[in-house]
Amino acid sequence: MGRRLGAGVLVLLGLMWLNVGAEAGEPIRIGAILSVTGPASFLGAPEARTLEMVVEAQNKKGGIAGRQIELIVKDSAASPEKAFSFAKQLIEENKVFAIIGPTTSGETMKIKGVAEEGKTILLSCAAAEVIVNPVAKYVFKTPQNDNHAILKIFEQMKKMKISKIGVLSSNTGFGNAGKEQIGKLAPENGLTILVNEVYDKDASDLTAEVTKVKAANVQAIVNWSIEPAQSIVIKNARQIGLKVPIFQSHGFGNIKYVETAGEAAEGVIFPAGRLLVADVLPKTHPQREVLVQYKKDYESRYKEEASTFGGHAYDAFIILLKAIEKAKSTDKEAVRAAIEQLKGVVGTGGVFNFSPGDHNGLDINAFEILTVKKGKFALLGK
Amino acid sequence: MRGRYLQLLGFTGLIVAIQLATQLTGNPYHLTQLTMSAYYSLLVIGLCLLIGYAGQISIGHAGFFAIGGYLSALLTTHDLSAYKGTALMWLAKAGVLSSRTGLYGGDLLTVHPWAACFVAVFATVGIAYAVGGPVLRLKGHYLAMATLGFGSIVYRIVLGSALVGAADGISEVPPFSLFPGLEVSGRAPLRVQNYYLAWGLVIAGMALLLNLVHSRAGRALSAIHGAEDAADATGIPTARYKLYTFVLSAAYAGLAGVLLTHFNGGIGPSEASIMKSIRYVAIVAIGGMANLWGALLMSLLLNYLSLRGYFGTYDDAVFGGILILIMLFAPEGLLRRHLPGELRRLFSRGDAEEAP
Amino acid sequence: MSIDLFFQYVVAGITYGTIYAVVAIGFNIIYNTTGIINFAQGEFVMLGGMTAVTFHQFLPLPAAILVAVLITTVIGALVEILFIRWLYQPSVLRMIIITIGLSILIRETALHIWGESVRSLPYFTGSSVTSIRFGGVYLSPQVLWVVGLCTLVVALLSVFFNYTLLGRQMRACAANRDAARLCGISAKNMVTLSFMLSAAIGALGGSVVCPITYVKYDSGTPLAIKGFAVAILGGLGNSAAAAGAGMILGALESFSISILPAAYKDAIAITILLLVLFVKPSGLFGSAEAARLKEF
Repeated sequence: MGRRLGAGVLVLLGLMWLNVGAEAGEPIRIGAILSVTGPASFLGAPEARTLEMVVEAQNKKGGIAGRQIELIVKDSAASPEKAFSFAKQLIEENKVFAIIGPTTSGETMKIKGVAEEGKTILLSCAAAEVIVNPVAKYVFKTPQNDNHAILKIFEQMKKMKISKIGVLSSNTGFGNAGKEQIGKLAPENGLTILVNEVYDKDASDLTAEVTKVKAANVQAIVNWSIEPAQSIVIKNARQIGLKVPIFQSHGFGNIKYVETAGEAAEGVIFPAGRLLVADVLPKTHPQREVLVQYKKDYESRYKEEASTFGGHAYDAFIILLKAIEKAKSTDKEAVRAAIEQLKGVVGTGGVFNFSPGDHNGLDINAFEILTVKKGKFALLGK
Repeated sequence: MRGRYLQLLGFTGLIVAIQLATQLTGNPYHLTQLTMSAYYSLLVIGLCLLIGYAGQISIGHAGFFAIGGYLSALLTTHDLSAYKGTALMWLAKAGVLSSRTGLYGGDLLTVHPWAACFVAVFATVGIAYAVGGPVLRLKGHYLAMATLGFGSIVYRIVLGSALVGAADGISEVPPFSLFPGLEVSGRAPLRVQNYYLAWGLVIAGMALLLNLVHSRAGRALSAIHGAEDAADATGIPTARYKLYTFVLSAAYAGLAGVLLTHFNGGIGPSEASIMKSIRYVAIVAIGGMANLWGALLMSLLLNYLSLRGYFGTYDDAVFGGILILIMLFAPEGLLRRHLPGELRRLFSRGDAEEAP
Repeated sequence: MSIDLFFQYVVAGITYGTIYAVVAIGFNIIYNTTGIINFAQGEFVMLGGMTAVTFHQFLPLPAAILVAVLITTVIGALVEILFIRWLYQPSVLRMIIITIGLSILIRETALHIWGESVRSLPYFTGSSVTSIRFGGVYLSPQVLWVVGLCTLVVALLSVFFNYTLLGRQMRACAANRDAARLCGISAKNMVTLSFMLSAAIGALGGSVVCPITYVKYDSGTPLAIKGFAVAILGGLGNSAAAAGAGMILGALESFSISILPAAYKDAIAITILLLVLFVKPSGLFGSAEAARLKEF
């Protein structure tokens, strides 16, 4: 027993010694808590790849303010307890300058307090509105707000004279948030929700759910999910002969979902950041250059199409960069205040305009209404 | 009998040594992960008792952890201000409620963490009692699948219910103020006290289990593990003992859930997932099925490493690998004296099987 | 509920049910020959789909699926040879834990090989919008493929086990291992063969179902749990019953959304599993004696 104890102490001491912390900081440390594996990996993995890509590129250009950037990526696999542990590690031990992430809203809410206590900037890649409402000093988020996406959809519905809709959402944070917002915003926009169904994100067949929707005689369907199951909804809906327009959330922004849905995806309408149609934007559009560059870099390096998900991490990094430039310092407080003053930052999700009361910086203009034509994303013609 | 107390003393020494080491090397940050590791270890030793000593496998214990954690989180965050004028206020008179300001200002009226803790652990025990009866009548695969099913249902319920935050879980759980000056919380200045609090609890829990294992009840458990029918035949009330062990291990898990939730300031559905349950089983396996100390030490080490992100994106794979390697080569666990001999015998026996 | 809606639910139930039945049959084959519940069964289904998608990039669809089935069969054999074959009288507990560990390893390996994105195969006939109409009920042709192929598989298995020498040897092994060995049957090879068969069936099921849903590195695990529930519901070891039980579970899940919120649909399979385990562990169609006989 004594030997085992001794061995145990030595092992732990050894591990701690290897970890012996803060080298007097030349490099700027940026932490990232992302769900690279696990149930949210389709979000977190592109985010991690994007970050590695942009940090490398920035370091080649000389880093930030002459200092190289050290990126520490932690894989939280969508576990809030891991996110908590990593947040404490990154803030207290690695003394990072800022944290990018986490990927999911649940994790972000858990470490909001930690970021505030540790006075460290947190740029979340999660979508829930509660992250920035009520506003916490150090916490920002880059994805667009659900309610803006929904309002954009409602705008389109008004044009198409749709008033009765059916809502399908997945049983995740994103799905629930969307469902709630839709329920809140529909009446004041002249829309009635005739049927409201929640489906499991791991479902393999949703015919029964869409049949229920069909029976309610709706004029359009809103399918709010960020998981692959959203493609199944589209397929099943078309298979049972449901011909009404299908509106997706901005969580549809990954070409793989279109591929999975095959022909059924033709004509689907959804709001999204302009990244997906970067090539067809007019040359004078402020976002065009950034988007085309990101798309090109990502696709040539990782041999897969860029999705809006990875874009959230890109935006977080750009915002950090611009804030440091503006504050002309790498003092956390100064940079935090600078973020709140940033205006007109061109990102993949839109053009960001922050303020002390708005820690997201995007509004309904971040969105473009897109559709799917011949298996590719395209702008919805007037 | 003395040996047990010596072991406990030795382990306490280890805990203190680790804390001093972190202090001397200027790395008190590790205490956070070590404290979280302690609460998981509380669950693991209870599970070790169930699997190793009573011989009942459970691949759903994360469910009990989640029940404890979620109930205490729900009670301490759910705002009861709306009921201020009603009959529910007898609770306030009974001293069970507490007023505090929420994270963003605004008054909150919630259940006091002590009351919430009692309710949570009580509920966990109650559910274990109710579920244990039918479940423990099963054996082998059926028992494994039943426990898996239980864990799955708990996961589905917390994932699907808006009351407990659905996929986002519950956050902004207040610290648990045990006595004035001592509270369970993850805040940095309180690191050292929380570390000793957590490990003190684990040591107390270990002491209880060690006493149990070396008592008559413990011997009865070993008999049940070894040969249940024979134990039955000698008059040991096997069903009752199995149930009590199950409930005790669930109580450990529930308590761990409550305290870790207060420490982390929140809980999410991932704490109830099957992967978590499997991890706990993997840790018990590598520590040695019927080896409380082995399970405890392995839990300390593995949870600490996992929480610090040592395994990177291979976290799940590591635990899967552990399961396989241990079950293939060292089914009695790693920390066994007879391990080298057993390995030798294992490899030589493999050829003997083919001969008719 | 209109009659059309009712039948649409039935169709959805059949779709699910066949998928679950395929997994359950895979469980049964291995269980019968070895007494082991293979928790990695869901992973075989996933591997079938994933490899088929990869090979479809250079091969026409039928060839890609054939290659996928072959590769998965080989993996099944490897799994058995590397992890199970040389164990000496392993306990039930040990085997459960090993197969759980295998399931995790295969899944994580798939993640690191193929990445986290979803993939799917094109529909065998038609596309994702074609459907066959029976009155007010719509059916995708792929569903017919799934049901058709699975029925074919069950029929072939039946023929295999009843009329071929190899099949009979496997049954002998399942009934009484020692007696079989005395007759000169190599028990070890029968075990390997059972893993190969299970893997093949799983892979075929995975490929056939892939166009309807999608395949992702972690799509195996939820299937395994449901497949096990179906196997137990039908009576562990009884493949024909598994097919029937699959339909029942599929129908229950499908109709459940008319009463419960769809979010709890998954909990139904588990609840049924628990109910069966508590009330009649030998399953709906099984009896305690039949369970012991372990007939296919």
